[in-house]
Amino acid sequence: MSNVNTEVSIAGVTLKNPVTVASGTFGSGQEFSEFVDLNKLGAVTTKGVAVVPWAGNPTPRVAETPSGMLNAIGLQNPGIDTFLKRDVPFLRKFDTKIIVNVCGHSEDEYVECVKRLADADVDLLEINISCPNVKAGGITFGTVPEVAERITRRCREVAKQPVIMKLSPNVTSIADMARAVEAGGADGISLINTITGMKIDVNKRKFVLANKTGGLSGPAIHPVAVRMVYEAAQAVKIPIIGMGGIATAEDALEMILAGATVVSVGTANFHDPAASVKVADGIREYLEQTHTADVKELIGAVR
Amino acid sequence: MALQARVKITKCADLGEGIFELVFSCPQMAGEARPGQFVNVYSDDGARLLPRPISICEILDAGQIRLVYRVVGAGTKEMSGKKPGGELTVLGPLGNGYPFEGKKAVLLGGGVGIPPLLELEKEIGIPAAAFLGYRSDKTFLLDDFREKGPVYVSSDDGSIGIKGNVITALEKAVQDGFSLDGAVLYACGPGPMLKGVKNFAQQHGLKAYISLEERMACGIGACLGCVCKTTGVDGHSGVKNARVCKDGPVFDAGEVDLS
Repeated sequence: MSNVNTEVSIAGVTLKNPVTVASGTFGSGQEFSEFVDLNKLGAVTTKGVAVVPWAGNPTPRVAETPSGMLNAIGLQNPGIDTFLKRDVPFLRKFDTKIIVNVCGHSEDEYVECVKRLADADVDLLEINISCPNVKAGGITFGTVPEVAERITRRCREVAKQPVIMKLSPNVTSIADMARAVEAGGADGISLINTITGMKIDVNKRKFVLANKTGGLSGPAIHPVAVRMVYEAAQAVKIPIIGMGGIATAEDALEMILAGATVVSVGTANFHDPAASVKVADGIREYLEQTHTADVKELIGAVR
Repeated sequence: MALQARVKITKCADLGEGIFELVFSCPQMAGEARPGQFVNVYSDDGARLLPRPISICEILDAGQIRLVYRVVGAGTKEMSGKKPGGELTVLGPLGNGYPFEGKKAVLLGGGVGIPPLLELEKEIGIPAAAFLGYRSDKTFLLDDFREKGPVYVSSDDGSIGIKGNVITALEKAVQDGFSLDGAVLYACGPGPMLKGVKNFAQQHGLKAYISLEERMACGIGACLGCVCKTTGVDGHSGVKNARVCKDGPVFDAGEVDLS
């Protein structure tokens, strides 16, 4: 066992390493626990949950694209009651932090869900104001700075856990959005959610996704994500969870050097169910090989 | 328990008309696999991220799994270029297979839905009536089924067997005296065919198990990419949606909404 330190702290919560999974790619960990040791992750970020069950979008919901994929799941979720009863106790069996992704169709629904989580045994809340695949809520709250600031403030008022606001890349200025949620009292930000895209089947002359548009993820968006994490890091003081196309430790390290304190592995979980743990192991190896005593030395080190 | 493995390919064959066969060795996976389950096949090209879910056609002696699949895009084209001795990354067995109820089995396979029924017929252990629907007289796996029991062939263009699909052939057989007494239907094929199977089963008061296909991402039940509509509220999702990869791909036809 080496003596490098992989611990990081975000909004007062300490993670054993800086690696979590991107919301929506990992369920609540149960299915992946057959293939990866959840104890080896800094945190598990759950699929978005709302106050009531959501049925999501019609299928097809997913499509492969070069070095990426489109999804339009539409935040299907079983609702907060099932989540609290089934998923939280399951995750608590593991030595990892729990980040709960919260979604809503209206400001009141976000607030209601945050309230319901107040007494739950979870570590951090990630407020999803950036899902591109739902008609009401989601991204509509994450593209106007004033609205994002207001919803941050309202969530912050009722939350018992630190509040991380998940930002959309589908904006003109990510720095403005980051500053807005920081002004609203956010304890941290996470970015990027998916980039809105579209795929057309030329043989059928139809949209591939039933929703017509979907969110692009995977290695194809990684450079965009690194750039946006860097810009956000220059704009705010609150910590950042960086994500977008991370498939390897090198991808994760880029994100940390750009300013992320924690990184999320997302679409790569579909290509290799063990990807998240491999990234965590790879970060440790990098620290050892480069004689870096503490991963925190790398956060935002490239300016 | 499903496992992920880099496996050795032992056989590859072109069965014609875009249908290919690939056999790989993985005793642990083969030991756990059941008819109707599938495996995720991963591309060696990092630009193709998503696994291809391929149904298990046969579980062979010596811990081998036989896949018979249609080339539909770049990922399956890559698979079809593999050679014996080469390697493949797979994850499986995945999903729920066909529950066998020990009754008279009627197998209904359309196109590339035919392969998983072969292992089912083997495990049932008694000859089952197999209704196989092809596009034309360019058939595949026909001899494998003929070795095991009676086969009723149909084709879209009528160039072999009955002109029409497996339901046309089944209805014709019933007219000609084929008995449905105590029969359970086991089907795999395109959506419209499965709708026909469900309707037929309802009309005749039969139980039918159908294997659904949907575009998948993770293949293990986490991403909710591949849901189907269910007639009742699903226990896992809390809504009228079930995961094709994890809760299926085989469903009791009465429990899914194909409308």
